[in-house]
Amino acid sequence: MISIIDYQAGNLTSVERALKYLGLSAAITANPKEILSADRVIFPGVGAAGKAMETISAQKLDEVIHQVIERKIPFMGICLGTAIILDKSEENNADCLGIIAGTAKKFPDMGIKIPHMGWNNINKIINHPILDGIDKEAQFYFVHSYYPAPENQEDVIATTDYGVTFASVIGRDNVVATQFHPEKSGRNGLRILKNFSRWDGKV
Amino acid sequence: MLSKRIIICLDVREGKTTKGIKFEGNIDIGDPVAMAKEYYEQGVDELVFYDITASSDKRDIIIEVVENVAKNIFIPFSVGGGIRSLDDMYNVLNAGAEKISINSAAVLNSELISQGAKFFGSQCIVLGMDAKKVKPSFRIPSGYEVWINGGRTPMNMDAVQWAQKARDLGAGEICLNSIDADGTNTGYELNLTSMVSSAVSIPVIASGGAGKPEHLRDVFLKSNADAALIASMVHYKQYTVSQIKSYLSKEGIAVRERI
Repeated sequence: MISIIDYQAGNLTSVERALKYLGLSAAITANPKEILSADRVIFPGVGAAGKAMETISAQKLDEVIHQVIERKIPFMGICLGTAIILDKSEENNADCLGIIAGTAKKFPDMGIKIPHMGWNNINKIINHPILDGIDKEAQFYFVHSYYPAPENQEDVIATTDYGVTFASVIGRDNVVATQFHPEKSGRNGLRILKNFSRWDGKV
Repeated sequence: MLSKRIIICLDVREGKTTKGIKFEGNIDIGDPVAMAKEYYEQGVDELVFYDITASSDKRDIIIEVVENVAKNIFIPFSVGGGIRSLDDMYNVLNAGAEKISINSAAVLNSELISQGAKFFGSQCIVLGMDAKKVKPSFRIPSGYEVWINGGRTPMNMDAVQWAQKARDLGAGEICLNSIDADGTNTGYELNLTSMVSSAVSIPVIASGGAGKPEHLRDVFLKSNADAALIASMVHYKQYTVSQIKSYLSKEGIAVRERI
């Protein structure tokens, strides 16, 4: 069973639909017991970091997520979920969960369209199990105005170029997070979700 | 590198895909769910469903269509037509759409954009705009006027100014349809697309007039559109998405080919 953490953000049902299409059992939940007894946990989301953190704190989901990480349950952040696991986000100057050291930064104003919206490549830095079967021609669907900037280079699994070169997949131990939306990225995206469903949380 | 997006538009009336010319004379051309699957397999980057169902008691049909599409295809898609409230937006997003597109309702009540952006995020809110060429005037300095109600009602509003206002209100993207070019298959309105695309920092989808792959090349190279909307050229099976993409790729335009 994969738990999809419900923190009233959008896009939760899309992740659930994609997992069900792959024949995986999944449930959207905010129940700490359910989350902690899951085989895997997905932390998706779209929206603003500040509001998301308010909801997460109000529902005490921050403590639950920290426990998931400590118990080595494979954990995947998606889009906003990637910003939320860093120390902070420049969006609303929000303090985030601090699971991976770093900041979600705003794209610099350099004549590029913001948000970064559409299909883009990822360049593998680490041969992580989550990217098994994904080649350099594969593209993924992005929509975001802030990008993850981890402090430690070893937490960068893949990068993407859009004005700047930013970390589009990050991770450490049993945590992995994609800035793009695998649930909206066609077959290559579904492959990543499938990879996650088989991942034991070890690198 | 960020790819230019090819977006297929399906007009849906009472649950069937339909196609009209210059907003008139629609004929039914298929089942939107089956067509969505087919285009997904061909490698389309995104889909748009416009609900043009006239009677309000048949509006729920579109929700069923959205749910069935969302179960079967895993690329972003938006839904427009008949969305007038936050509840309408919620229903469509909850059924599985990635974005909602608002057009006439946003002109008549611009708070719909800011409210939608606040509750669901800017990335969900696409401003749809129908524009028609006019003689430049004090009220319409760009020479493009905004029309609403499916191209039936002129609003004496400037298209470029409206795009900028919508961006300020929180729209995440603009789908810009040229009434003059729509249904002609003679190419996009490059000047209009270029003006709006350079006036706003958010992505612009060019719409109206696509008849062959060269038209997409022109709108990407000459008007800096971020995405191009197509309909009849694929609905009538003149081209497949992969044919269009391989042409664009040969012309040096970045497109997503590995699907």
